[in-house]
Amino acid sequence: MAIISRSDRRPQARRSTVPGTAQEAKGDLVMAQSLPNHEKAKHVLETKGLGIYYGDFRAVTNVNIPIRRHKITAIIGPSGCGKSTLLRAFNRMNELFTGTSIEGEVLFDGENLYDSVVDPVEVRYRIGMVFQKPNPFPKSIYENIAWGARIHGYRGKMDDLVEACLRQAALWDEVKDKLKQSGLALSGGQQQRLCIARTLAVQPEVILMDEPASALDPIATLKIEELMQELKKNYTIVIVTHNMQQAARVSDFTAMMMLTDREAHSGTVIEYDDTKVIFTNPKDKRTEDYVTGRFG
Amino acid sequence: MTTYSRTEDAMLRKTFENEIQQVKDDVLLLGSMVEQAILSTVDALKKRDIKASQEILNADKLINKKRFDIEHKLMILIATQQPMAHDLRLLASCMEIISELERMGDYAKGIANINIRMGDAPLLKPLIDIPRMAQKGVDMLHRALTAFVNEDVETAQRIPVEDDEVDALYNQIYRELMTFVISDPTTMERANWLLWVGHNLERVADRVTNICERTVFIATGEMTEIKSTDDEFWKQQKNGS
Repeated sequence: MAIISRSDRRPQARRSTVPGTAQEAKGDLVMAQSLPNHEKAKHVLETKGLGIYYGDFRAVTNVNIPIRRHKITAIIGPSGCGKSTLLRAFNRMNELFTGTSIEGEVLFDGENLYDSVVDPVEVRYRIGMVFQKPNPFPKSIYENIAWGARIHGYRGKMDDLVEACLRQAALWDEVKDKLKQSGLALSGGQQQRLCIARTLAVQPEVILMDEPASALDPIATLKIEELMQELKKNYTIVIVTHNMQQAARVSDFTAMMMLTDREAHSGTVIEYDDTKVIFTNPKDKRTEDYVTGRFG
Repeated sequence: MTTYSRTEDAMLRKTFENEIQQVKDDVLLLGSMVEQAILSTVDALKKRDIKASQEILNADKLINKKRFDIEHKLMILIATQQPMAHDLRLLASCMEIISELERMGDYAKGIANINIRMGDAPLLKPLIDIPRMAQKGVDMLHRALTAFVNEDVETAQRIPVEDDEVDALYNQIYRELMTFVISDPTTMERANWLLWVGHNLERVADRVTNICERTVFIATGEMTEIKSTDDEFWKQQKNGS
């Protein structure tokens, strides 16, 4: 069964629960989220021979990595090696650029995300994304969360959903008295947590984060990192970061990317391992040079 | 799009690499201070030179100070440079190695104190094996520190085996001193002093093994105990085989 095929879409019936609550367990969820844990594979996402093209240019070559459920996976590597491109391949975001194509497979709960019957819009709310620059809607804090849930057919009590999402994003205490205020009036760190709360509102399984803290000050950065540790109990997180200390602090697994083919300027994952191994005793000399700052 | 290579960016962390080199030099300097202290303290004992032993006590203060200075430098490097992988293993291991060296300095100081406490009492016997133990221990230490700076895994793994020679010398001293005590119990105190000297020197060689283990860890990332054949000997003794 294609778990996220168009034929499975029942938006009006799907969302009536608050994420991260007991109510969720009883909710009417039609997708893999509703599978009992023991039936879920250890790897929520997995790439097989993944190559990504912008037109004729192959930006990423032959990536084979698993993404473990309820873990944080960091993708590190020098600029221009295809980290963000790889991240965007996990929720078909690359397709928003014309001329993009892929080879190989990205398996989500064992099913190919790029199968012709799969709806990319469906993919993107099952696998949410948080960007480098906080980008809240120019609406109230409340609406930032309610809006997405509403158009995705959430039919439960909206106040409860907004509160649950803001609490999970560790923002509730700071904004509970000003929910009608514009999301743009918040500080950068708060805006980023609002964007995370907004992602949670549509009950994703995986949250992709592209440099989520690079525009934030150190305290706001640490808040996001702490939040990630909380979120991984219920979600799987994949983060792209240039900050190696951040990757070392927050992630469980690390994928090191590097340009391998100088002629084609194509990036690939050269080493994938437990984060502790990558930062204390990497196997690949290029990873060693990169994490010790001798390279890139 | 830019490509990178180590050759192009070899100077990327020049300042940090210079600081790492400085730390290695400091560890070697501390090591030579300790080597000197061990040889001098045994020499002072052999010659019953109390004044020289008092100088060893002062030298130990310098060793301790040097250790704290290096530790402080290491802390600053770790905090400011956030070392990873090989750099992290090296700096963390230096922390351990300077602690081992400082303890070896304490053994030299312990021997100096014994010489001072012996006062006018003559040596129970002329010192033959004790200077040999000191020489062997210092030789092992010197080569262990060379292996450390060169990250020479093969040598680092070979040195601990030589600990058996030091242990054999210690056992010989023990047997000899016991013979004195049995034949004349009034020699008990003087025998005990020399036994302590032997024990301190035996511990020096044990700590050289720890330095060798750190060297292997820095180079390979593997934290393993290097066993000397002596370990097997004691195991067999324990099992009664």
